[in-house]
Amino acid sequence: MGIIKTDKLVFEYIRRDEEGNVEGITRAVDEVDLDVKQGDFVAILGHNGSGKSTLAKHINAILYPTEGAVWVDGMDTRDEKDLWNIRQEAGMVFQNPDNQIIGQVVEEDVGFGPENMGVPTEEIWERVEESLKAVGMYAYRKFSPNKLSGGQKQRVSIAGVIAMHPKCIILDEPTAMLDPNGRKEVVRAVRALNDVEGITVVLITHYMEEIIHADKVFVMDKGKVAMEGTPREIFSQVKRLKELRLDVPQVTLLAYELQRKGIELPDGILTVEELTQHLLQKYHMK
Amino acid sequence: MSIILDHVDYVYGEDTTLAVHALNDVNLVIPDGQFIGLIGHTGSGKSTLVQHLNGLIKPTGGSIYFNGEDIHAEGYDKKKLRSKVGLVFQYPEHQLFEIDVFKDVCFGPKNLGLTQKEAELRAYAALKQVGLEDEYFYQSPFDLSGGQKRRVAIAGVLAMKPDVLVLDEPTAGLDPKGRDEILDQVAKLKEETGITVILVSHSMEDVAKYVDRIIVMNQGSVLYDDVPKEVFKHYRELEDVGLAAPQVTYIMQALHKSGMPVATDATTIEQAAQEILQIFF
Repeated sequence: MGIIKTDKLVFEYIRRDEEGNVEGITRAVDEVDLDVKQGDFVAILGHNGSGKSTLAKHINAILYPTEGAVWVDGMDTRDEKDLWNIRQEAGMVFQNPDNQIIGQVVEEDVGFGPENMGVPTEEIWERVEESLKAVGMYAYRKFSPNKLSGGQKQRVSIAGVIAMHPKCIILDEPTAMLDPNGRKEVVRAVRALNDVEGITVVLITHYMEEIIHADKVFVMDKGKVAMEGTPREIFSQVKRLKELRLDVPQVTLLAYELQRKGIELPDGILTVEELTQHLLQKYHMK
Repeated sequence: MSIILDHVDYVYGEDTTLAVHALNDVNLVIPDGQFIGLIGHTGSGKSTLVQHLNGLIKPTGGSIYFNGEDIHAEGYDKKKLRSKVGLVFQYPEHQLFEIDVFKDVCFGPKNLGLTQKEAELRAYAALKQVGLEDEYFYQSPFDLSGGQKRRVAIAGVLAMKPDVLVLDEPTAGLDPKGRDEILDQVAKLKEETGITVILVSHSMEDVAKYVDRIIVMNQGSVLYDDVPKEVFKHYRELEDVGLAAPQVTYIMQALHKSGMPVATDATTIEQAAQEILQIFF
C-alpha cells in the first residue's frame, strides 16, 4: 500500500434549508481510487468544481468519506485515535498565504506546529532552522511575516508544515495568488522538498507548466478521475484537456499547432529545450 | 475623454516613521478605448495606482484629471466619477450579498438614484454583457460556480455604465477555461462598447494575448509603457523585477539562439507558430 490510498472514495455534500431539511445532495467525489507511492510527486488537475479540493481535504482528515475509505501511511482516516498522527504525517498548504500565518515573527510561525505537538524546545529550534533552510527562507527568520511578499509567505507556510516532519504535503493551489516570481519560488521549493527530502508531494494547480516534472498526474472531472498518467501522456491529449476546461503549457500548445500545420513533431512536448531540439533537427534536414 | 496622471506621488503613513513611498512621480495618459495591461510584482504599486483612478485614494503629490477636470478639485462630483470609472477588486465574488443574482446587479444603479425600472434594464443588459444565461438570474449568487460568481460581480460594476473598467486580477483562482471565458467576454465587451479596460494581471500569457498596451510598475514607478512586443523584449529586465515574459518569448529566443532565422518578438502562440512555419514552408 502506498503512502496515500483511497478505495472507492465517495463524498457527498448535503445541502439543507433553514429548518435543516435536506434540500439536495451533491456528490463532490465519486468512487475515486488513488494510490500514491512514498516519495512521488503527484499533481491533481481539474476545473473549478471538479472535486479536487474536496479530495485533497480527505488526505489529512479534514473531511471523512461518505463511502469508501482513505488510508494515510496505513492509517484509516475514519479512525479517530489516529487523527492527529494523520494530520502530522500529511500536512496541508492552502491558496491564501495570509490565512495561514499566525506568528508575529517568521521563526515563531514555523515553530507553532512542532510546539503544539509537544516537541522539546531544543528540537523545535532545530526543526525551525532546517525547515526554513529547506524553503530558502532562513535569512528571513527574524522578519515579521507581513513584510514578506506573497511567494515568501507561502514558503513560510510550507516551512511551517515541514517542521512537523510530515511524510507528505498537500498543496491546494499554492500559487494562485502569486506573481510570476513568487510562483517560481514556491514551485522550486516544493520540487526541492520532493527531490532532496524525499517528501511525497500532492500539488493541486491551475497552472499547467508547474507540473511538467510530476511523476504522475490525475485529472478530475465531476468527482471522478477522468485521466491519469505521466505529464507527457496527459499533455499529449490537448483536445481532451480542453474539453475538461483545462489547458497545456504554451510550449506544448505551440508544438501542437505546428503539428497541425504539417510539421512532424512527437506528441506532448513539455519543455522549451525539447521543442528547440526537434525543430533544429528538422531545420538542418531541410 | 481620458484619464491623466500628472506627477502623482503617494506615501502611505506620510509624516510617520513607517512612511512607505508607494507611488513615485507617475505620469500616465489613458485615452479612450484602450485595452491596457498593468503588471508588476506584489507590492510594486499596481493596486495603489488603480485606487487613484476613481478617487478612492488621494495622491500626496501631483494631480489626476478625468476628462480634463481635476478630480480632487473642490466641488468635484466623486460619486459620478466612481460610476464612470468602475473598479472590480480581486475576488469580487466575496462582495456579492443579495438574495438573487438580478437583485445583486441592480444594487449599483439603484444607488445612482435610478428608478427600479431603469436599474433593472441596466442589470439585464450588464448580465447579458458578461454572458450569463437567463436561467441563473433568480438563483442565489452563492449557488453559482466560481467563474459565474465573478461574472455577476463584474456585471454589478458594468451596470453603472462606466467609461473605464478596471479589473484587478479577474482570473485569479479560475480554471484555464474560466480564465479564457472571462477575458474573451471582456475583449468582446470592449469591441462592442468602446469602453477602456485596464487589466491588472500576474499572467504574462493573458496580458500578451489581449491587451494593446502594457504598463509595467516597479517600486512605485512606471518602468515600461509600450506595446506588448516592445515590453517583452526586455524579458531579462522583467525577470529582475520579479516578472517574466510569456513562455513563447523564451521559445523564440531559444530558437533564434540555436541558429534558426526567426524573429524573437512573438508574444502569442499564433504569432510564434506563423514565424516558425515560414522557415519550413
